[in-house]
Amino acid sequence: MLKALVLLFLAWVCFLFYAGIGLFTSGFLLTRLELTNHSSCQELPGKGTLVGSGRGEPGACWTVPRFSRAVIVLIDALRFDFVHPWPAGPPAPQPFLGRLSFIQHLLEAQPQHARLYRFLADPPTTTMQRLKALTTGSLPTFVDAGSNFASYAIQEDNLIAQLNNTGRRVVFMGDDTWEGLFPGAFSQAFFFPSFNVKDLHTVDNGILEHLYPTMDRDDWDLLIAHFLGVDHCGHKHGPHHPEMAKKLNQMDQMLQTLVEQLENDTLLVVAGDHGMTETGDHGGDSKPEVMAALFLYSPLPLFPGASLKDPEVVPQVNLVPTLALLLGLPIPFGNIGEVMVDLFSGEGDTQPLATALAQASAYHLNAQQVSRFLHAYSLAAQDLPPEELQHLQNLFSSASSEYEQLLDQLKTGEVREADIQALISQLRLFLRGARTACTETWARFRPARMIGGTILLASTCLLCLITSRLTSSPDFPFHCLLLRAVVWGLAGAVLLAGGLMAAGIGLEPSLLCAGSAATSLIAFLWALKSRESSSMTVFLPGPLPILVLLFLRSAALFSDSFVVAEAWAAPFLLRSLSLFLVAQLHWEGRLLVGVSTACLSSPTASLARREGPRALGLLVGLLLCVRLSILFHRCPEETPVCQSSPWLAPLATMAGGQAKNLWYGACLGTLGVLVLAVRFWLRRCGNLNSPAPPVLFVRWGLPLMALGTAAHWALASGTDEAPPRLQALVSGAVVGLPRAVLALAAIGLGLLLWQPVTVLVKTGASSSNHIIVPFVGPPASQADLDYVVPQIYRRMQEALRGKLARGGGQTPLALAAYGLGSVYSAAVVTALALLAFPLLLLHTERISLAFLILFLQSFLLLQLLATAVGTPAGSPGPFSVPWLAISAWALTATQTFYSTGHQPVFPAIHWNAAFVGFTEGHGSSPVLPALLVGANTFASHLLFSVGCPLLLLWPFVCEGQGSTKRKKTLASGTEVGGEKEEEPLMEMRLRDSPHHFNAALLQLGLKYLFILGVQVLACVLAASILRRHLMVWKVFAPKFIFEAVGFVVSSLGLLLGVALVMWVDRAVGSWFKQLILSQER
Amino acid sequence: MKILRPKDVKTKGMRQINVRGGSQRVLALCLLFVHFESLPYGERLQGSTMKDADIKRLFYVHIFCIVSIILTTFIPSFFLEDFSVLETHLTWLCICSMCVAIINVVLYLQVKPNPSSKRSSIFHKISRLLKSCVYFFISCLLFHAIIVLYGAPLIELMLETFLFAVILSTFTTLPCLCLLGPNIKAWLRVFTRNGATSIWDNSLQITTMSSVIGAWLGAFPIPLDWERPWQVWPISCTLGATFGYMAGLLISPVWIYRNRKQLTYKSR
Repeated sequence: MLKALVLLFLAWVCFLFYAGIGLFTSGFLLTRLELTNHSSCQELPGKGTLVGSGRGEPGACWTVPRFSRAVIVLIDALRFDFVHPWPAGPPAPQPFLGRLSFIQHLLEAQPQHARLYRFLADPPTTTMQRLKALTTGSLPTFVDAGSNFASYAIQEDNLIAQLNNTGRRVVFMGDDTWEGLFPGAFSQAFFFPSFNVKDLHTVDNGILEHLYPTMDRDDWDLLIAHFLGVDHCGHKHGPHHPEMAKKLNQMDQMLQTLVEQLENDTLLVVAGDHGMTETGDHGGDSKPEVMAALFLYSPLPLFPGASLKDPEVVPQVNLVPTLALLLGLPIPFGNIGEVMVDLFSGEGDTQPLATALAQASAYHLNAQQVSRFLHAYSLAAQDLPPEELQHLQNLFSSASSEYEQLLDQLKTGEVREADIQALISQLRLFLRGARTACTETWARFRPARMIGGTILLASTCLLCLITSRLTSSPDFPFHCLLLRAVVWGLAGAVLLAGGLMAAGIGLEPSLLCAGSAATSLIAFLWALKSRESSSMTVFLPGPLPILVLLFLRSAALFSDSFVVAEAWAAPFLLRSLSLFLVAQLHWEGRLLVGVSTACLSSPTASLARREGPRALGLLVGLLLCVRLSILFHRCPEETPVCQSSPWLAPLATMAGGQAKNLWYGACLGTLGVLVLAVRFWLRRCGNLNSPAPPVLFVRWGLPLMALGTAAHWALASGTDEAPPRLQALVSGAVVGLPRAVLALAAIGLGLLLWQPVTVLVKTGASSSNHIIVPFVGPPASQADLDYVVPQIYRRMQEALRGKLARGGGQTPLALAAYGLGSVYSAAVVTALALLAFPLLLLHTERISLAFLILFLQSFLLLQLLATAVGTPAGSPGPFSVPWLAISAWALTATQTFYSTGHQPVFPAIHWNAAFVGFTEGHGSSPVLPALLVGANTFASHLLFSVGCPLLLLWPFVCEGQGSTKRKKTLASGTEVGGEKEEEPLMEMRLRDSPHHFNAALLQLGLKYLFILGVQVLACVLAASILRRHLMVWKVFAPKFIFEAVGFVVSSLGLLLGVALVMWVDRAVGSWFKQLILSQER
Repeated sequence: MKILRPKDVKTKGMRQINVRGGSQRVLALCLLFVHFESLPYGERLQGSTMKDADIKRLFYVHIFCIVSIILTTFIPSFFLEDFSVLETHLTWLCICSMCVAIINVVLYLQVKPNPSSKRSSIFHKISRLLKSCVYFFISCLLFHAIIVLYGAPLIELMLETFLFAVILSTFTTLPCLCLLGPNIKAWLRVFTRNGATSIWDNSLQITTMSSVIGAWLGAFPIPLDWERPWQVWPISCTLGATFGYMAGLLISPVWIYRNRKQLTYKSR
């Protein structure tokens, strides 16, 4: 099999995965661009003047304020039927019905003062998203692509900000989610913890304590009280529990007291931010979840007409423009709600004409603002359909001109009410059209895409399984199949593009990719089925324990608790896997001596004698490493008991001098150990002797990089302590050193790619034994080379051994090559070390210890796996890496993600990494900081996937070690020269059979992709099945995003790693060619 | 009481059963060994029949163990105030492990499945006993170390962790000690693929594995947010180990009975 084919095939499989992920993401993760524009009081949203004399008055912006103050009582999860009036008489059948009798009383007694609405929330019905909607008037999606991911603070224009801008005072009490959303926006605030869902009373009682005293004072303009008891009661007991009745009664009492204290200039708004299902959950888009209640009350008559029998449905965002205009504020810039027209009757005027005029002017202001927003948004992002926008724009301009006409007519004094009503309905049409367009784009899952993406992912996983079995068969026509798949894929993409164009829908990349991926996948599978009908049947990965492990891994992703606790679950499974490995070794009698010889044949017994204690030692070391790595965990915010590791903080934040110095010393030691360990390993393998540039780089460049890192840490941790004269120098160095290290790493990698063969050749005086070459002249074909290469290697080894055994010099040497047996793994290890240093620099200082553990642990794991799997058989048969090894490797990658202080949630991302080497911040381009932060976050994914080929190489490397030990014992006793002992070929065994080597690499890649793909698939399934779950936006969706990005990084790393090994292989081939040529001379 | 003495194995898998009567009363009191009275004494049995009888015996011994473990959950509440398995878990752990230990020792002393060594001087016996105690303690420490390596807190809740280790040792090491004596080589032999030399060894394999697997499975519910009292460390694990042990006790006779045709034991 050709090398390029392997890479192409892997790349094609990766593309299939990406297409599946992309398709799912486009259906699941709704995105929206956050605009930071703010409406201002002085500037109207459009041209035109105002009706009435609002502009001159104090406190008036776009309109005259109708109320000077407002009280918003937000009762979390107040479903509409909790409030819906219940006829007196028989007791309500459910504990939540008819409990808010005071509202009912108000509605009946003062119909002109009070009104009840159905308050329609948009999905996702989670509190934070609803709060955003209730203040910005927009439709928050999960990923609001804003300028700042690190905090939840609302960047968009919102009511609270407008109040602050106009100098009003906002008092808040209740749910502490508001603290994150509006930091520092309240003149007075009483936050209470919202996290503990089991706690029904802390928040409510806290509010009640402060609510009435605040009502009596007059140092506020807006009072917000956010009660959580009802929501928590729903989560804990469900709505049908008697506790719910108690909670609602308490709310009723509270409202009664509140209304008594209400002054005439104050508006009371009682609203639920969302509803709840019959089990008390929320987050999705079912009717009971989205149907909340809204109740408005004013001590003065507010509503001109009588209320409808059935309460009107009002979208949640409509409250924002209504409140804004009623309080005399500008409507927030991004609002897409429409004003609630009932509340804009002409003041104190019952004439229908004046009322209609006031309503029309409110509508017009609202429409101007929405039109301005749509215009600004369509300039910034292209996700709103342009035809729709054009249509809306036309609607608006015609309505607007009509409004102008109306104003003109008003001056002459001849206006009919019917005209105004027609205008109002036109404006309403525009506003509703705009809202619908936005909802379509931002607030709706697309189940077809989600299902399609899931199916694509699942079938790609299946493909990985099937093909990973087929790689070992030599005559399997991968190239034909791949070619066919690619051709079909391209054809599918072209057809789909044509279809989309014909249908008038814009070309969407995710759809196109998915289409071509699906067609190529189907073509491949179809061809496979027609060719190999038998091989489709068996495809379960590996033995039972691996299946159990895979099942546990995937099942854990369906539980929010386990996703949160994955930092502990992954090491748990890893330990179990390694313990199982050793236990299985023992069970098969390969571990320890002393087991009665009856059940052991003698060769395995001798093997056991050697491997037993070693395997046990490796196991203990591995367990210790995994245990130690837990010390670097960052705690998820969902577990308040847990304490994050204090070692994650940068040294600069430490106060104590002594401790700081000690820690710094430890970090230095870590760097030193890392460099020394890499050098030691290469020396041991004999790859540190050659004068090749990468070797020189390992000798001199690596310490230099370590030095640079250490210096940077020293400066960064003590920047403030530097004397003022050196300040400029220090700041320059803080910027320059990381860049220098990065440049060094790049140079090192470049050298490694340039000359990857790290083999030292020594030619002796004369050659007594010639290489048997069955052809004359330089090797012509690949086959000749394949034949001659192992011979050369054996000859070199013999020569080397002869030198060792006889004290050197007796037998004339032909050739000696140091480090040929580990030439591939040496390159990979060097590349890993070169990658590790820049990544290390992006983390805080003390995580270097975690990196050391990472390297140690993966080394131990490789050794253990090599011991357990056993050295490959003598025959150059098909090589393969067992599933167990690959699962353990993938688990280690996950575990290391956590042990380097990461968590799969956005606030836990190490944003400081963006400023390593760029202390002044970046320009407007987000690419570089995103790369830096991404490299920091997915460091473990990258390292482990690049190192993945080591899984294949390591048993061969260990073969060499084993035999050197054996040889030492042999050399002392018997005469070596006479014996025809088989020399360890080590990695040259792989070169012996290049076809199998390539096939093994392909298989390794496919297996690794399969394991990762199954994890992504499980995340995808969890996110789509549990999309109504309380935690979907807090746990599952972030986990999916991290897993998906991790998959992309890992697959790229894997491609790089495989490509590196192949590159080295190619270089070794040409090296041999040169060697033979020089021998010929 | 019947004592199995597989010393005469030259005659094609036939074994001699040597039965002593005196000590049978202990177990007869428990009304569990009624069947054995009908067994022929001092008779040479066919291999399979002998195996059946052995399996039966194994089964009764195991049932007795299970019943006693169940008894430990509520008998102490007659003597101790506020006793419950979850609330006063450590007390129950102590009681349970003591009880299991005593029953194991007594039963295996009575139902000697493997012959003791030829030397039976009192001094030798005492040294064996001491050695066993030391081994048991070491195994507790080893289990403790493994549990800590598995992620249990190192300093906090040390007592809880240690008692968990103790009960795991009681379920795994103690039967080994009783059956095989303080002989690590024999232990290691038993836990290999073809290492079992009698159904007792097989049952040892099964109960040990199931206890360990039970404890392993017991760790799974800990992260869940159900806030149940049994999710507290180490209750779910100890309960898992106990259930695993009990399941092993139940499974092993059944499994051995079903596979009795395939089970052929080599002589030692």
